[in-house]
Amino acid sequence: MMPISHDAMPPLIEAVEVGKRFGGGLGREGTLALAGLSLAIDAERPSVIAVVGESGSGKTTLARLLLGLVEPTEGMVRYRGQDLRRLGFEARRTFRRDVQAIFQDPYGVYNPFYRVDHVLTVPVRRFGLATSRADARDLIGEALRAVGLRPEEILGRYPHQLSGGQRQRVMVARALLPKPKLIVADEPVSMVDASLRATILGSLRRLTDEHGISILYITHDLATAYQVSDAILVLYRAHLAEAGAVEPVVRRPQHPYTQLLVSAIPRAHAERDWLAEENETPRTSVALTPEGCVFADRCPHAVELCLAAPPALHRTEPRRGVACVQYREHAVLSASALGEVLLP
Amino acid sequence: MSEPVLRVEGLRVAFDHPLGKVRAVDDVSFALMPGERFGLAGESGSGKSTLALSILRLIKPPGHIEAGAVWLDDARIADLDDDGIRRLRLAGIALVPQGSMNSLNPVLRIGRQIADAFADHGLRLGHREEQRRIAALLAAVGLPPTIARMYPHELSGGMKQRACIAIAISLRPKVIIADEPTSALDVVVQRQVMATLARVQQELGAAVILVGHDMGLMAQFVDRLGIMYAGRLVEVAPIADIIARPRHPYTRALIAALPSLEARGMLAGIPGLAPSLRELPSGCAFHPRCDLATDRCRAERPVLRDIAGSQVGCHLA
Repeated sequence: MMPISHDAMPPLIEAVEVGKRFGGGLGREGTLALAGLSLAIDAERPSVIAVVGESGSGKTTLARLLLGLVEPTEGMVRYRGQDLRRLGFEARRTFRRDVQAIFQDPYGVYNPFYRVDHVLTVPVRRFGLATSRADARDLIGEALRAVGLRPEEILGRYPHQLSGGQRQRVMVARALLPKPKLIVADEPVSMVDASLRATILGSLRRLTDEHGISILYITHDLATAYQVSDAILVLYRAHLAEAGAVEPVVRRPQHPYTQLLVSAIPRAHAERDWLAEENETPRTSVALTPEGCVFADRCPHAVELCLAAPPALHRTEPRRGVACVQYREHAVLSASALGEVLLP
Repeated sequence: MSEPVLRVEGLRVAFDHPLGKVRAVDDVSFALMPGERFGLAGESGSGKSTLALSILRLIKPPGHIEAGAVWLDDARIADLDDDGIRRLRLAGIALVPQGSMNSLNPVLRIGRQIADAFADHGLRLGHREEQRRIAALLAAVGLPPTIARMYPHELSGGMKQRACIAIAISLRPKVIIADEPTSALDVVVQRQVMATLARVQQELGAAVILVGHDMGLMAQFVDRLGIMYAGRLVEVAPIADIIARPRHPYTRALIAALPSLEARGMLAGIPGLAPSLRELPSGCAFHPRCDLATDRCRAERPVLRDIAGSQVGCHLA
């Protein structure tokens, strides 16, 4: 860790009211995938931040924007203070090293004709991480052990000889190799069994606790987000609904969408209230307006005010922001201050 | 006491493979009462989907049913000819397959795909009667009649899944087999779809077999649960007993692997890996992952025993 004060250094990655609209042009609107969202990830204070939402909420778009895989249509993403689109060759190289990605499909990322070693040796060579073969082997072995794998059981094998959980952990090890500052993990466990999910998420969590790497955990699964994250952002139809420290947001959700999300998770309880609650969910017949809250048509608390303008983000607690007019008594949280409520 | 609607007796399903035969379902027996919701849970590779498909004789080579029988009321499914099994599917036992929302034909309107089910089973209906039945089926799954005129791509995932349920109940089956029907859906939509399935199932008086791995979903939906491990049923019990008093160590591990929303830092995996079906461990297949395992577990394969209304395949239960 460098002994530099936080104010002096720009954050590792900063999203500045970043948004993305796909299609459109020639008078057509296109599809809004993400409305202006601000977020800062500070390399000096590593934490796990979860981004939770259903399909189409914009969570994967956010991940791809932060990775520089798609260009924003509004706002920008900055890497150490520089616009991601304008990075020079060297800066882009360090960005590619500092920020690593893990994707959903632990099958699709492997070439079945290469041994598993291939995905591990490429980054070592690409970033010049080792000076000799022995050095490279040590480095790879260390990365595999960090995610709870025994190198002798993994190296020399073909992808089909590993289980889905092993394959995904090899991807975590691969992301770990260049000693990144941030790993963006997009649904890393949605394709593995519940029994292995815990192991993989546990190895991700350890990267933060033991190696000081921040994790942006993109998921549709609120329960695993609750288990591994420090802070959480809940997205709904391209908009931020609620954000803050994970404990209050999940245990006492304030946004009606977060409340719905939490209540919809089936629990392994003796009380069987899950289906009954569905039948009691109040229905509203409010039609969405282009300028109003995107959740109004499903919200049991929708009022006229919700249809007139998009809800501001209100700071209901020191470590929570909620985009809902029900909390309009509370101060508005400016987009640039969102980072404050997410800090550990 | 009524008679079971479906009986599975000593079912064995094997897949031939150059490296040796793999038994995906091994000596599985259970019975389903009319209107009952039965769950089959286990990790991937435990044989739960294979079991569901083999009930409908949908196992394709190199897989085949080695032994055992499936009875729907008085009909032994193995005895049916091709025509008989065609009539049985949908009319007797309907399947909502895994990822079934992608099983809709993309170039046919939803109404037409429901009408196909009628036609396929020799129902000759007038246009007006057909339209009336389609609208009634869509209404039963909570969809407006206008959906009949739409193509699958115009529907959301949840609506497609409900359309699949509408097709599944079109011929009023006695048993509905739903193989992870909501695994691709968001939790909010999942609950809507499961509530829909529960409602139509009650209206029909049909029994349901729900295949899945989410113990939370099982706890909230089924009446009785069978836990599968390495092709065998290792515990079968009323759901309340399984949740309150899981008797098999594997059942306990499955429940513990469910991430809690009440307390953090409780995330527990199941140690080790599911065994390869080609090289099953000696004795109890779960013993290498079980921290209670004794010498007996390593040597002798446990059979299902009746314990206080549950069936458990564990020497230590």
